[in-house]
Amino acid sequence: MEHPAFEEVSFHHHTDDAEFKRRVKKTTILLSVITIIELAIGLFIYTLHKSDVNRDFLILGFKGLVCILTLAKAYYIVSVFMHLGDEIRNMIMTIVVPLMLFIWFIFAFIYEGNSYKNLRNTYDLHFKETTMPKKHGNAETHEVKPAEKSGKE
Amino acid sequence: MSTQATTVHQTKWWSGGKSPFNMEYGKLMMWYFLMSDAFTFGAFLISYGSIRFSQNFWPDPNVVFNAFPGAGHANLPLAFVSVMTFILIISSVTMVLAVHAGHKGDKQGVIKWMIWTIIGGLAFLGCQAWEWHHLITGEHAVLVDGKIEMIGQNMRGNPWGAVVNGPEVTAALTNTSHETLMSLMHSANASVSHEKIAAMSDAELRAALSTAELHVREKGPVAFGGYFYGITGFHGFHVFSGVIINIVMLIMTQKNVFQNKGHYLMIEKAGLYWHFVDLVWVFVFLCFYLI
Repeated sequence: MEHPAFEEVSFHHHTDDAEFKRRVKKTTILLSVITIIELAIGLFIYTLHKSDVNRDFLILGFKGLVCILTLAKAYYIVSVFMHLGDEIRNMIMTIVVPLMLFIWFIFAFIYEGNSYKNLRNTYDLHFKETTMPKKHGNAETHEVKPAEKSGKE
Repeated sequence: MSTQATTVHQTKWWSGGKSPFNMEYGKLMMWYFLMSDAFTFGAFLISYGSIRFSQNFWPDPNVVFNAFPGAGHANLPLAFVSVMTFILIISSVTMVLAVHAGHKGDKQGVIKWMIWTIIGGLAFLGCQAWEWHHLITGEHAVLVDGKIEMIGQNMRGNPWGAVVNGPEVTAALTNTSHETLMSLMHSANASVSHEKIAAMSDAELRAALSTAELHVREKGPVAFGGYFYGITGFHGFHVFSGVIINIVMLIMTQKNVFQNKGHYLMIEKAGLYWHFVDLVWVFVFLCFYLI
């Protein structure tokens, strides 16, 4: 349908019904499948957590995989459901380029948080003793420690 | 200057009279609003991330979010939140269909799909209300000052800290109050009736509990609750306002406002907002439930 009220819009996107239905169906299935894979990985991480074997590195890898899958989901939602992919390139760039700030934003602040933890573990022994989770079956330090400070922050 | 002039001549996008982005003003501004909103949510999530990285211990989401309505104490990690995620994805799809019906000027189609989208939004809000209620009222055994207490999520802490070892639990049982011992006994051994538990003395309860498998934890980081309720609440507020916007759009459609205007661009803008809410949930789901 034309938009006669909007002369500033030079051309309109025309997609026929069959093509549109096919695309929406495909994207819906894709989003559902990615979500199911994410849930499967989430449950797998849960079983890894429960086992006594130290699999921290593997868990980290799976968490990274889930992040990538989520970005794929976000791409499909924005480009197909929100039709950003159908807009002209200049328009897309005014939205996407500012969002690049997130690349620095995420890395800088997570690095900052991690650095704060390391500094406190080095110089604030009270923090370290009250918040560091005790390993299972490790019988060296077994005095009952009140945990009232554990959530400090 | 000359190169600029030739560009203008070639594309004519910037010579005035038309949108250089080939987009109606309101829709363009909706996009910029959503971009700024993305930064708001992004800042919240990144601040959550940096605090999480600054802690030695952080609760495992699969331990916290393991309940399902009507399933009692069954351990079902990720089950309920996956229902919520699918509700939101499906309501996003019905919104796409509403926008498409609007493109064709199909009033009945717009009404039908808008109603489904609103139902999806309300269902999501209902799920979130249940989840919050469950997390706040559900009490768990926590080691506090050398004794065990049954606490739920509150402003000062949450019951999802690190697991306490067996010897410490046994030591803590001696300081634990009668009422807590009774509720511990009830949760550890559901087959024993309330009357039987009420008749037991403290010593009997302690003896029975010292052999039972108790899941006693320390208090979890306060920031966990703050960020969880803050960010899911802010997202829930977006869902709520999205539902209100969709209801207004539905009423306007029914009153032929868009039919008389000759276009359904307002549905498109409401649709953008609704998809954005779905998009944010994808990231909230990632940050709080999956990793």
